[in-house]
Amino acid sequence: MSAFVGKYADELIRTAKYIATPGKGILAADESTGTIGKRLSSINVENTEPNRQALRELLFTTFDALPSISGVILFEETLYQKTSAGKPFVDVLADNKVIPGIKVDKGIVELAGTNGETTTQGFDSLGARCQQYYKAGARFAKWRAVLKIGPTEPSELAIQQNAQGLARYAIICQENGLVPIVEPEILTDGNHDIKKCAAVTETVLAAVYKALNDHHVLLEGTLLKPNMVTPGSDSPKVAPAVVAEYTVGALRRTVPPAVPGIVFLSGGQSEEDATLNLNAMNKLGVLKPWTLSFSFGRALQQSTIKKWSGKKENVPSAQAAFLARCKANSEATLGKYAGCAADAAASESLYVKDYKY
Amino acid sequence: MSAYCGQFHDELIANAAYIGTPGKGILAADESTGTIGKRLASINVENVEENRRDLRELLFCTPGALQYLSGVILFEETLYQKTVDGKLFVEVLKEGGVLPGIKVDKGTVELAGTNGETTTQGHDDLGKRCKKYYEAGARFAKWRAVLKISPNEPSQLSIDANANGLARYAIICQENGLVPIVEPEILVDGPHDIAKCAEVTERVLAACYKALNDHHVLLEGSLLKPNMVTPGSESKKVAPEVVAEYTVRALQRTVPAAVPAIVFLSGGQSEEEATLNLNAMNKLQGKKPWSLSFSFGRALQQSTLKAWAGKVENVEKARTAFLTRCKANSEATLGTYKGDAAGGVGVSESLHVKDYKY
Repeated sequence: MSAFVGKYADELIRTAKYIATPGKGILAADESTGTIGKRLSSINVENTEPNRQALRELLFTTFDALPSISGVILFEETLYQKTSAGKPFVDVLADNKVIPGIKVDKGIVELAGTNGETTTQGFDSLGARCQQYYKAGARFAKWRAVLKIGPTEPSELAIQQNAQGLARYAIICQENGLVPIVEPEILTDGNHDIKKCAAVTETVLAAVYKALNDHHVLLEGTLLKPNMVTPGSDSPKVAPAVVAEYTVGALRRTVPPAVPGIVFLSGGQSEEDATLNLNAMNKLGVLKPWTLSFSFGRALQQSTIKKWSGKKENVPSAQAAFLARCKANSEATLGKYAGCAADAAASESLYVKDYKY
Repeated sequence: MSAYCGQFHDELIANAAYIGTPGKGILAADESTGTIGKRLASINVENVEENRRDLRELLFCTPGALQYLSGVILFEETLYQKTVDGKLFVEVLKEGGVLPGIKVDKGTVELAGTNGETTTQGHDDLGKRCKKYYEAGARFAKWRAVLKISPNEPSQLSIDANANGLARYAIICQENGLVPIVEPEILVDGPHDIAKCAEVTERVLAACYKALNDHHVLLEGSLLKPNMVTPGSESKKVAPEVVAEYTVRALQRTVPAAVPAIVFLSGGQSEEEATLNLNAMNKLQGKKPWSLSFSFGRALQQSTLKAWAGKVENVEKARTAFLTRCKANSEATLGTYKGDAAGGVGVSESLHVKDYKY
């Protein structure tokens, strides 16, 4: 058998294609309890379940923003939460043609003998968990692998382990009806230039697609969530057109046309930078056989969270901020973003050194 | 460094893109002395240098044919041969807008411990040879790896050895200014169905592109020459549309968009079959970020050879046959072939020879 053709094959292909619809992208709202705690503490809000529920309700009921969103990645807790009126979040999303997704990895652990490199865990009972998530309404999943650039990194071990891990996760998802988002994030940390990032990205993506092939993953029923190709965080920035050229070049060299869509992570980029870079990619005149879109967490929520500050009376203005970012990124997927009179929050770098999710 | 960026970087990209020009394709005229001997024997012509030269002059000087070709692959002897008027073949081709190419492998040898699987040799001093060929006018090269399908084949060893061999050959070519055609041929021999061929093709191509990446090959300056995805030679044939569907899907799953063109080998297909299949692929709706064209040997020359039969009085007739096939395949690269070249003598004759040795 070349690629997996189980009972979910047609559905996986349809779902992946829908998520990759031009004009739409993904809201990554799958921050684990610990990570969302950091966001909440940055606005002096206590990390309790009702507060986590209130933030997600704020986002998911910004109804005018939902046409720009094809999918939302959720953390397990959120998959089972409801609005204050008692309606399950997954139903709110489904009513608005937004597909619920679920983060299924269980974080990273260090690889012994390396210089702080990691692999991702979460395989135990993954099949059974995916089945449960499917029953609860999820139709796609996400698993984050992390690599870094250093003098001797990423090592061959780190590349192989993470590629194998992503492939194993991907096929288990497909066996259980979930479209796997394959996320091999190469951190921006470092003083390397954009060429170095390109070289590493190409090596990593080549290894990932070899592993996916080895594991019989149905590429037409997957999505890729890579980093954009940029200079390191300690290096001078470059123009969006340059990011676009290197990023699209790297993807053209490694991502087979069978993959329907590529949904970029934003890493530590500011909301505005992430949007401008995505826009530049979609304006690039070179042939791109997959759609290029977003799967943004911080880069969609930063100014929204600041505006909210945990206060009910701020919800409308927070939702307005969220709507603005969703629309901007929707336009960026079509190469039509005209840039905004960026306010301070939108241009604030979201970079945190050696970021731990 | 991610990919080769030496002195020939831009030229490699330009030449590879040119070879992929829609409406054009490659004539594979690189039969080794032994192999061309078999062709000549089939029309009762002696295998001497003069006759080999006559055949190639017949082909390269066919009025109107070169416009349908972007490249011709040559055997080493032919690279240095001339027309009866004393003009170098490479000059004739260049003047006709055709890039000369050169076969650089030295045939296959068996892999010990396998069931007759092979790897390809020719890496020794390959760089030096490529340099010489570049000086003689060659601008692309070809290296044929061979795999087969049966219950236990292709083995992981055969896949890895051939993929690695192709990648090593490819980067050496690029270092010396030649666009490498990467040819991982999976033989059609066998009773397997088209799904099995697709599965093996996808696995082999994935291994090839991983190896090319490992060796820093500049994909934009390379070409792929794969088999079409078909049922085995002992299985029932399927319609061109089915061949097209399986073939294009296999390529979508494995060949990065950076590769400018895919130039199919014809294997044992008849001239007409090969053209119809190529045509169907170019009519297919779907994502095809590379152009799909031909690199045919037998499927461009078979009826021409028959018409010639080694006799000078048959040259015009033979050239007519050759021009017909060139035009037909040119149309097939555009998806506009109407099947009107089917009337030639021998065009529907299967060219399959079991366990074919070049």
